[in-house]
Amino acid sequence: MTTPLLETRNLTIRFGGVIAANDVSMRIEAGRNLAIIGPNGAGKTTFLNICTGWIKPREGQVLFEGLDITPLPPRKIVARGVARAFQIPQLFTEHTALENLLIAAAAREGLRNPLQNLHQIRQRDEMMHLLEMVNCADVAHRVVVELSEGQRKLIDIAVALALKPRLLLMDEPTSGVASSQKHEVMEILVGALAQAGVTSVFVEHDMGIVSRHADEVAVWNTGRVQLRGTPAEILEHPDVIRDVIGEEIA
Amino acid sequence: MNLTIFLLALFDGISYAALVFIVALGLTLIFGVMRILNVAHGSLYAIGAYATASLTSYVLALGFAPVLAFPLMLVSAVLVGVLLGGPIEWLLLRRIYNKPEVLQLLVTFAVFMILEDVQRLVWGTQPYFQASALQALGNVTVFGVTYTVYQLILLPVLAVTLLLGLRFFLRHTVIGKLILATTEDREAAQSIGIDADRVFLFTFVVGAVLAGLGGALASPTTSILPGMGADMIVLSFAVIATAGLGQIEGAAITALLIGLGRSFAVYVWPEVAVLVPYLIMVLVLLVRPEGLFGSPVARKI
Amino acid sequence: MTGHSTSSPRPAPGSRGLPLRSLLTALGVLALAVIPVMAPGLQLLVNLALAKGLAVLGVTVLLRAGQVSFGHALFFGVSAYAGAFCVAALPGADLVLVLVAGVIGAALAGLLVGLFVVRYRGIFFGMLNLAFSMIFWSILEKFYHVTGGADGIRLDRPTVLGMELGRGAFELVLFYLAIALVLGLGWFTLRWFASPVGQLFQTIKTNETRLEYLGLSPRRVLLSGYLLSAVLCGVGGSLMGMTQGVVTPEYVWWVRSAEMVFIAVLGGAGSVRGAFVGALIYEMVRVYASAFAGDIWQMLLGAFLLVIILFAPGGIMGILDGLMRRATPARAPARTKEAGQ
Repeated sequence: MTTPLLETRNLTIRFGGVIAANDVSMRIEAGRNLAIIGPNGAGKTTFLNICTGWIKPREGQVLFEGLDITPLPPRKIVARGVARAFQIPQLFTEHTALENLLIAAAAREGLRNPLQNLHQIRQRDEMMHLLEMVNCADVAHRVVVELSEGQRKLIDIAVALALKPRLLLMDEPTSGVASSQKHEVMEILVGALAQAGVTSVFVEHDMGIVSRHADEVAVWNTGRVQLRGTPAEILEHPDVIRDVIGEEIA
Repeated sequence: MNLTIFLLALFDGISYAALVFIVALGLTLIFGVMRILNVAHGSLYAIGAYATASLTSYVLALGFAPVLAFPLMLVSAVLVGVLLGGPIEWLLLRRIYNKPEVLQLLVTFAVFMILEDVQRLVWGTQPYFQASALQALGNVTVFGVTYTVYQLILLPVLAVTLLLGLRFFLRHTVIGKLILATTEDREAAQSIGIDADRVFLFTFVVGAVLAGLGGALASPTTSILPGMGADMIVLSFAVIATAGLGQIEGAAITALLIGLGRSFAVYVWPEVAVLVPYLIMVLVLLVRPEGLFGSPVARKI
Repeated sequence: MTGHSTSSPRPAPGSRGLPLRSLLTALGVLALAVIPVMAPGLQLLVNLALAKGLAVLGVTVLLRAGQVSFGHALFFGVSAYAGAFCVAALPGADLVLVLVAGVIGAALAGLLVGLFVVRYRGIFFGMLNLAFSMIFWSILEKFYHVTGGADGIRLDRPTVLGMELGRGAFELVLFYLAIALVLGLGWFTLRWFASPVGQLFQTIKTNETRLEYLGLSPRRVLLSGYLLSAVLCGVGGSLMGMTQGVVTPEYVWWVRSAEMVFIAVLGGAGSVRGAFVGALIYEMVRVYASAFAGDIWQMLLGAFLLVIILFAPGGIMGILDGLMRRATPARAPARTKEAGQ
């Protein structure tokens, strides 16, 4: 058996009386994009928070490429190759879209020269290319607070990709994107990930998006994985989908 | 260290802690409810002391009994709270609740600078001394150590009363519950009809009265000098930071810890006595960044 | 901070920023350089203002990260005392040595205090800095057998590159040294702000979560700027000490820290040029106002601070930028930013 990219063992965490993760053991293989789907409050975001060290589990372990990363702070986990995009975009609000990416590149490369202008770093073309990839090249020089929610989400993902991670965790990547464009945006993202050789785990509400763009699906409910399989396998359980997601599958 | 010196240090520490606690109580109440650190709190303390000394000297000069010094302390404290605290909240702070924290800090700092000069203009730079209240209550002897009733009994009793009173007020009265509700969630409170503006004004005035009262109570025990406000704001901040911001009971215990630490240092190594409160604060914060009784808050992402 | 967003050195690709501003800066420096010849009466005053301006620049650096320190006079004082002790220990020590000793002292103090305060933001950051400066002030006052207590200690005139100079010549050297340091450190700080490290430092103001998720420690990022700010304050303190010839605990008193914050906000929170423009205006006004407003000086400062914060948050540089933009509308930056402060 090969070592999975990310593995959790018996993760458990409670907030007050609410169980956000209950004995969760999961294996995520490199190269297979996993969608996490489930009702609000099921603990999906908490799972991403635990995997990146933002919250520490009460019990259990998180392993990345076979190494125990449970006690590490987020920055050390990021340094090992796990990047994160957020439900609410976490951007530098006083900087432009391009600057957000340039800063990420500077962080990745550990640039230290105090006399070098951020705009003149070697990675500028690479970052411009990333912006093009997420369809945001036209707003490269706009301060991010002026942009639409959907654009900010894409830039947030681009910032994560700028770190050249091996694993990318995304929290509802298409929320804020107009529903008519969701599939198109996911198409772009999945293509970009494949091109960069990045495996992704993404939280998503929309079963339609999930079934088209994920290689695997984990149905999350009250702090545990209720069902796991390929989209086709999940669709064979309409009762679960109805109960958990509240969505009828035609 | 013999028993006499030990007891002296103990009594010094307790009476000092009582005063610092009363001031810190106002500071932490305002912070807990309004999320604003009022740097001018120290000035309100100093002005409370000056006002008490002046009022008392004036009234006693008219021939009234020294015991009148006590109600005059309360009068001074309320005057400070209403005449200074009220306008500060109403005219200034109300404009900046939605501004960045740094800006709020700068605004109260500016008020502090203004009030420091106001004191100098009104009361000059000569020290004031008005100890009638202290003398009126006489002395008490404990294990051969003679100490003033005012400092050994009245101040600690008042501090504990204020602590319990504020607890009761916040938890069991209607206004107290309104304050707690506003602290919890300002928008939710407004949506159910609570006038948050009035709650804030009221809270700030009460906090300011506590600062003034601290000064009034301190006035008979010390000479009143320019600069005492600056010392007090840093000291009471040290108390509430060590305790954990917004922790009322914790502030009481921390005040005692810091008061005793300082008074024992006075007898053991006088040069560093002034530093002891800060050393305690730094040591505590090194180990527990959220303070002794505070709990770390996780940011939601 | 509208002031800094427009004054930050991020020219849009292809443009070279406002030539008008460079021209005004050059004219300003030239005007300062001829002061010893044209207006010798102002030389000392301007020298002190420039020393103070360097310290203000230190506070300005922190404002760029959205942090305010009410205790930065600590580094001003540490550096000046380090210089004074240096001269006392090695009579006839060189000016360069005094400066270096001061900078090392400020950097060490900055590292020590910085390691502690970078764990905090906002209120705690501001007040803990204040507490550290009060601690140092108490030490200076209480351990008078070492520090000279409230009277302070003399900082005798050092030699200049081995030469013993008379008073007039030495003051002239100090004056041009101050101008050189202001230009050099001002230039460096501008470049640093625009560099990857400086830009990372400024993200402390907007999003530390993202910073952490870029794989960096926000504390270490903040510490880098804190050290720069401590060193800038230190250079200012050394210059001030050598100019005045005596160093007293007043160097670290909270009023001086408050003054630095005041000037930084007056000049334009976050603006490098604003730090020096603010310091020069402040010193001029103070000298002439002290005659009739000495008693209410702090009160005036406090009131003026309120007015700036509430009505002109960009400070002097913000107002100047507004005027310049009106003068050259075609070059007006298209980017608008929310008035954060």
